[in-house]
Amino acid sequence: MVVLLLVIAVFAITVRSTFAAVIAFAAYGLLVAVAWVRLQAVDVALTEAAIGSGLTGVLLLGAAARLRATDQPPRPERTAPGLRASAAGVSAAVAAALGAAVWFLPEPAPTLAPAAVASIDSTGLGNPVTAVLMAYRAADTLLEKIVLVLAVVGVWSLAPDRAWGGRPGTLYRPDADGVLSFFARVLPPFGVVIGIYLMWTAADHPGGAFPGGTILAAMWVLAMMAGLADAPPVSSVSLRWLVLAGPVVFSAVGFLGMAIADAFLAYPVAFAKPLIVAIEIPMLLSIAVMLGMLLAGVPQRR
Amino acid sequence: MTPVTLLGLCSAALAGLGLYGMVTHPHPLRKILAFNLFGSGVFLLFGVVARRGAAADLGGDPVLQALTITGLVVAFAATALAVALLLRFFDATGTATLAPAADHDADSGNP
Repeated sequence: MVVLLLVIAVFAITVRSTFAAVIAFAAYGLLVAVAWVRLQAVDVALTEAAIGSGLTGVLLLGAAARLRATDQPPRPERTAPGLRASAAGVSAAVAAALGAAVWFLPEPAPTLAPAAVASIDSTGLGNPVTAVLMAYRAADTLLEKIVLVLAVVGVWSLAPDRAWGGRPGTLYRPDADGVLSFFARVLPPFGVVIGIYLMWTAADHPGGAFPGGTILAAMWVLAMMAGLADAPPVSSVSLRWLVLAGPVVFSAVGFLGMAIADAFLAYPVAFAKPLIVAIEIPMLLSIAVMLGMLLAGVPQRR
Repeated sequence: MTPVTLLGLCSAALAGLGLYGMVTHPHPLRKILAFNLFGSGVFLLFGVVARRGAAADLGGDPVLQALTITGLVVAFAATALAVALLLRFFDATGTATLAPAADHDADSGNP
């Protein structure tokens, strides 16, 4: 397992073709997801498989296809051997320092698990990771959503003047008999159910709004790629509200916490579970829309 | 040496490998890929520390696992923005190289 991880990583870094590197990276992401299962972190494994391998893989693959012409530059750019050697030296030193940090980790290991478990009871949740994300460290989760919003705004603002506020990507002509079109019709009903289930089940079992939202986004992008649905123009008001729904509801509940509980993002014990569900549902929608729009990319046309 | 420690050493090596690729690859897309590899090595280190912190009947420290989920999402957002910048740069200039147009000063890093 460790050997396989290292071999694929070395291949992804050293192989000549950008395409091969990207595909190796997607396979590497799946292996890392297995490593997370071995580390007893199933929630992280689901997120890694969905985002680290799936979405990042699709994103890089799309970019590699667009940049294919630059794969073999006419005048091959070579990194100077001196730079190469010193980079290798610095990287080896960083790896050795990290390895030493692992080797000399304190015994017994410090842990916040008891503190996290102690606060679970007041949330009505059974999955400790979800409880940490939604209650114990909810501020991180809120700020992470805001990072996503900023990334979406950043991608949209890269639009050229002629396509300002327009639709991302090219318009695909549907091939009604094509296999893509078939999958884009058959998969979404299942994908939508699975996505919502992953969000809902995260209360007590491994899952989460992120793996769930990723699957919803994948279904949407599939429909766009098959030409069954066109990407919305980014100036659309309803699209912008969908992007903002999750973070706005999350912050609103946070401020509500100052009034009815004792702090920002604190939940009164009696309503903790309903409030968390009320945050998670718009959050799932926002995550799906934001991830889909990040994959679709910069607006290209009106 | 326990399997968890072995995985920890492996993730340290992955981080070093990613750093090396990020510095030496001339192609920006490969730099982005290597940066993600670097990040995944660091996340796995978190996972190893979380696994060692198993307590209270849990398989690992849930705080670190939740932080890693947050980190994965932020890494994806940054990657998406970087790829969008790169593609926009390609559209504007027709090339994806970061090398300065004039060759004579390429080694000193000055344009």
